[in-house]
Amino acid sequence: MRTLTSLACILVVMALAFWAYRENYRTQATISHMSQIQREIAVLREDLGVLRAEWAYLNRPERLRDLVGLNFERLQLIPAESGQSAGLGNIDYPKPPAPPEPVKEEQP
Amino acid sequence: MIRTPLRPLARILRARERGENPDEIEAENRRHRHEAIQDKARRRAEGRLIVMAGCFVLAFGTVGIRMGALANSQPTEPQAEVMSAQILSQRADITDRHGRVLATNLLTHSLYAHPHQMVDPVRAAKGLARIFPDLDEERLTRDFTGSRKFMWIKRKLSPEQMQAVHDIGEPGLLFGPREMRIYPNSHVASHILGGSGFGHEGVNSAEVLGVAGVEKAFDGWLRDPSNGGAPLQLSIDLTVQSAMEEVLHSGMKLMNAKGAAAILMEVETGEILAMVSLPDFDPNDRPRPLLKGDPSDSPLFNRAVQGQYELGSTFKIFPVAQALDLKLINPASGINTRTPMQIGKYRINDFHNYGAQLSATDVIVKSSNVGTVRIAQMLGVERQKNFLQRLGLFEPTPIEMVEAPTGKPLVPSRWPAVTSATVSFGHGLAASPLHLASAYATIANGGVRVTPTLIHGRRAAPGERVLSEGAAELAIGMLRQVVTRGTAKTAEVAGFEIAGKTGTADKPRPTGGYYKNKNVTTFASIFPASDPKYVLTVTLDEPSINNGGGEARTAGHTAVPIAAEIVRRLAPLIGLEPKTDEKLPSFAPRFQPRVEPVAEDEIKLVSNQ
Repeated sequence: MRTLTSLACILVVMALAFWAYRENYRTQATISHMSQIQREIAVLREDLGVLRAEWAYLNRPERLRDLVGLNFERLQLIPAESGQSAGLGNIDYPKPPAPPEPVKEEQP
Repeated sequence: MIRTPLRPLARILRARERGENPDEIEAENRRHRHEAIQDKARRRAEGRLIVMAGCFVLAFGTVGIRMGALANSQPTEPQAEVMSAQILSQRADITDRHGRVLATNLLTHSLYAHPHQMVDPVRAAKGLARIFPDLDEERLTRDFTGSRKFMWIKRKLSPEQMQAVHDIGEPGLLFGPREMRIYPNSHVASHILGGSGFGHEGVNSAEVLGVAGVEKAFDGWLRDPSNGGAPLQLSIDLTVQSAMEEVLHSGMKLMNAKGAAAILMEVETGEILAMVSLPDFDPNDRPRPLLKGDPSDSPLFNRAVQGQYELGSTFKIFPVAQALDLKLINPASGINTRTPMQIGKYRINDFHNYGAQLSATDVIVKSSNVGTVRIAQMLGVERQKNFLQRLGLFEPTPIEMVEAPTGKPLVPSRWPAVTSATVSFGHGLAASPLHLASAYATIANGGVRVTPTLIHGRRAAPGERVLSEGAAELAIGMLRQVVTRGTAKTAEVAGFEIAGKTGTADKPRPTGGYYKNKNVTTFASIFPASDPKYVLTVTLDEPSINNGGGEARTAGHTAVPIAAEIVRRLAPLIGLEPKTDEKLPSFAPRFQPRVEPVAEDEIKLVSNQ
């Protein structure tokens, strides 16, 4: 009986050691995976920052103004003036056309 | 094991023969046996103690060795933490009130050299001089062939330049990553943003430090990683700011002014929607401050915050509003306006002779110096001083810029009767246009003090009441009449009910006295008068316009038309609708409109978090 118990204990200890060993390596693998992902995030964030900066740069008021000036022939944009907007309630929208009635099958 | 009997027969027989007690033999043997047992037990116990001691030594030894190892190794943060901190270490962005980027970061590289690692220093110097025309080839050659071990060559490189330097193929030329601050809108809001520079420079990184404006005032906040990279949201509206700069710039050119400043402020919150000072600069390439001469000649000078101008007749509304508040006058009270008026040895003149008497309203409408002085005399020096102080005209504005304290108003130290008189019509006390805008905002806010701010959505405690609501309303009514029938008729923009006051002040000479032909003209306005929402001030430095009938320098001809144009241009941008008598017909909806559901948050715009 005692031999059996000690054998069982040894087996349990070996199993636990094996499990701990595996967990350790899995954790390290996960950490390195995570740091890789975080590096990727950092790179993507940097790219995002560049894109945002570029977007802001391309949309800077000075450039938009120049573009409006260059394309005046086509777009005819001028600064907004007061009185160009009205409330939704002041617009008489036409009633949308009624959905087409289902055509009845003619019986011969 | 051989067990010794307790009573060995041979010894007992021998003892009996000698007449001894055989029990003694038994007792002796028993004692021996016990001793043997005790020895054995002791040895076992000692063995156990040794094992135990061994275990303890092992355990404590392990702990000790681990502690020693920890103490001797370099401390490192846990890996998982380090990575996220690295991402957050940037300086936070600055955005306008709608989240449009005003300042952000870009990763660039700096270029440095290790001359001792160079293979062909002369060729490297030649290559660098070709890529960067501003570098001097001879000097580089001298540095590279000399005894230097390290030198900076360029602080910021573009990717193209970096590739070109790579192509030289010199191992002694090295790159260091460098974060760089960029202002994508270049000139727009340059004075507010200020600018940035490098602080502590290392090979692997460099601190980006704010050098002026909001960048410096919020330097700590912008660099604090605990904010999670949240951007600093200013109250500025990029569109409004840029449109105002455009209008003011063309106005300044038209009026031949050497400088101009304009401020648009929300009355209720004190948030500044747009603040322009011209001439301005590009914060990406900040000019050097002037070392001599008048600092206001530098484009770095922020006229709106730092300028100390005698703002002239725009101040007249303050004693009048106070007198209304104290019920000393009402808008119809007759005021003696006989000109000139003598105070001690000084003489106070009006621009025109307005006759013997004007109503209090007309004193403001026609901008009578004498009338204002009479009203100020009713108040007395102490009350007048106290009121101006409570309007914030004695201290620098609490605006969130490092330049704010330099805009401390120039307040006379002594207040004899003549000073009190001149201050009442805006001479002798020099304040910045921002002071004027906040004081007008206080009147527009029903007499409750308004503190200017550049931060969007900042909750401030409600200001103290400096004027009763009724008096503030009467004062706005007077200002409205200045526009409808007074000195600012050109400011009438249909539907916006502008109420305001002009001010034309002679510029003081640095040597004392005043210039005859140099003015600072100001128009401070509140609109719409029936429900004040915005305050706009326009200040021009030395304007002069030739409008057919000779040279005109008064505010009515210079600052006022610009202010009207600014309102006309900005009103649609800030969503202010004109009040018209025209009634638009309204229709009942004939059908239930199908409203597109709000798009799911597919892409969330984050800054750096």
